[in-house]
Amino acid sequence: MNTLATTAQLTEPLSMVDAVNLALHRAMREDADVVLLGEDIGPNGGVFRATADLRTAFGEKRVIDTPLAENMIAGLTVGMATQGLKPVAEIQFMGFIFPAMEHIICHAARMRNRTRGRLSCPLVIRAPFGGGIHAPEHHSESTEALFAHTPGLRVVIPSSPQRAYGLLLAAIRCPDPVIFLEPKRIYRSHNQQIKDDGEALPLDTCFTLREGQDVTLISWGAMIKETLAAADQLLSEGIECEVIDIATVSPLDRDTLLASVSKTGRCVIVQEAPQNCSVGSEIASMMATEALFDLRAPVARVSGYDTVMPYFRLEQHYMPQTDQIVTAVKQTMEFS
Amino acid sequence: MKTQYEGKITLTEYLAPSGELLHPLPDTAPDRETLLRYYEKMVLARQFDNKAIALQRTGQLGTYASLAGSEAIDVVTALQMTQSDVLVPYYRNHIMQHLRGMDLADVLLYWGGDERGNSAEAQHQDLPNCVPIATQCLHACGVATAIKYREEARAVVTVLGDGATSKGDFLEALNVAGIWQLPVVFIINNNQWAISVPRALQTIAPTLAQKALGAGIRGEQVDGNDVFAMHERVSQALERARSGKGPTVIEAVSYRLSDHTTADDATRYRSPDALKTGWEREPIKRLQTYLHQQGAWDAEQEQALQNTVADAIQQAVDRYLATPAQPVASMFEHLYAEMPRSLRQQRDIAVAREEETS
Repeated sequence: MNTLATTAQLTEPLSMVDAVNLALHRAMREDADVVLLGEDIGPNGGVFRATADLRTAFGEKRVIDTPLAENMIAGLTVGMATQGLKPVAEIQFMGFIFPAMEHIICHAARMRNRTRGRLSCPLVIRAPFGGGIHAPEHHSESTEALFAHTPGLRVVIPSSPQRAYGLLLAAIRCPDPVIFLEPKRIYRSHNQQIKDDGEALPLDTCFTLREGQDVTLISWGAMIKETLAAADQLLSEGIECEVIDIATVSPLDRDTLLASVSKTGRCVIVQEAPQNCSVGSEIASMMATEALFDLRAPVARVSGYDTVMPYFRLEQHYMPQTDQIVTAVKQTMEFS
Repeated sequence: MKTQYEGKITLTEYLAPSGELLHPLPDTAPDRETLLRYYEKMVLARQFDNKAIALQRTGQLGTYASLAGSEAIDVVTALQMTQSDVLVPYYRNHIMQHLRGMDLADVLLYWGGDERGNSAEAQHQDLPNCVPIATQCLHACGVATAIKYREEARAVVTVLGDGATSKGDFLEALNVAGIWQLPVVFIINNNQWAISVPRALQTIAPTLAQKALGAGIRGEQVDGNDVFAMHERVSQALERARSGKGPTVIEAVSYRLSDHTTADDATRYRSPDALKTGWEREPIKRLQTYLHQQGAWDAEQEQALQNTVADAIQQAVDRYLATPAQPVASMFEHLYAEMPRSLRQQRDIAVAREEETS
């Protein structure tokens, strides 16, 4: 598959994982300081094929298969980034990122601050995350809040092939450390033609996917799919939803969210992650403290349960479904 | 049964605790001028350490990690490095940082609770102090990966304590340094203590250096109180790194002559006899005795050096104490390359509070 358009033409329809691959190709062509590292990313092209063909195109010096140690991968990226390289590391599944947390939280997020800008950590750590693909234990959780809670990090989650392309380019060019979480349930769920013009998308602005007057639906990642489906269904019943993909979950673009809720007076947050101390909690709290007098109804949250992610036979019962979003919106609409 | 692998760990030592030579010196031994420079900087390290502890005891410095006992390791290693090499220190390498360009006032500023101690351009690409144990070993490998990627003839030096050898970061670093043949030198300052836990409780392995063998890389022991031994082994390890011959682990055997930090009280767990033995082997007296015996040093020179060093340290202390605190807004700066809007609001609140309360 040749997706290496050199001019700003539309590609053939691409999946999100192909869009990630396309962005990596472009970033590596543009900047010799971009180096990829991770487990099985070389000849194998990554277990999801996000790095397919990159070894052939850029060689083993720039597409590095590492020993099997996530902590080591994160520690290496910190050292590489302090010297001006732009490492893009792949953690094979987010469920295996925990050994890397010390380097991400204690070093990557702090290096610029700790040295008052003398050194920085312009690194990207990519990880597929979330449920819905019938995976084994530890392969399905949504733990973005752990990173969103850490000052100094940017946490970015795309929800479509085009946004994966533009946001990943932005993440790689960003002078700050970026945790780039790829919702694997929608890796191949739909294809989209991509404008391969090298344009990055902003990391400080939410994307308003649909405008509406009655209620604001706020979501990110794979749940955008169900959120848009709910908005379609509700529109047929006469309820206009404004749908916002926050995309960068930290630091959050509060202004766009507050402006929308002050317009609609209603807010429903949809997330796959457990509810307790989540990104959705922060958004709900923000609405309570900064938009209370614009609200016409309590803020609603449709979340994963505060349980361990069940093995896959029950995962559909864990993950929010379209009808739950529809119900939450209708309950919200009952307040006048 | 076939023997698949046999390893050995050597110990390099030249100068006995008495100041006598154990063996004839090799041709590559440091000349008199170099020895005097080592001595001078070791005296500086010791005086600085005493001054920093005194500042902490009088409420003018935060918790401070003493370097006492590691003067030979740190001074010889730092002076063997070139400016283009990179130092990835832990939190006890104050004199190494200084010898590579950092103002002692900045060292104090760091321990005085001010991030600007890490910010001076004079530190070039060296990493700042690393507090989480052993994590710096992987950063050193990352720095070395960047150097190797750019095909530069530079070495990376990282320093760790004996306790750090028990952590996965250290072992993962050795492993990747071996596979990728990274230009990195790991210096273990084996000072026998990880706060209160003695070396014998870290591992049953008779040496720490042999952990290198498991990663397929070179490991060796050196008497860390012996400038001749340190000079020879560190210079060879650096040369190997710079010429693409891969990593080295040097276990420098020394003794922590201080408490772990000023927040520690080693009398709770360490016998006076053990400490006394430590002082009998310490590096500065050992070199001084040798220099005396060689006719290269006398009491008058000693007094002049002590005075010069004391003046230099006092000047650094004066600069440190005269440094005004950062404004409150500084905690919001340098977190991101560009301050997020949400953070600007919090900064404004903090600044307003600062103005109200000042």
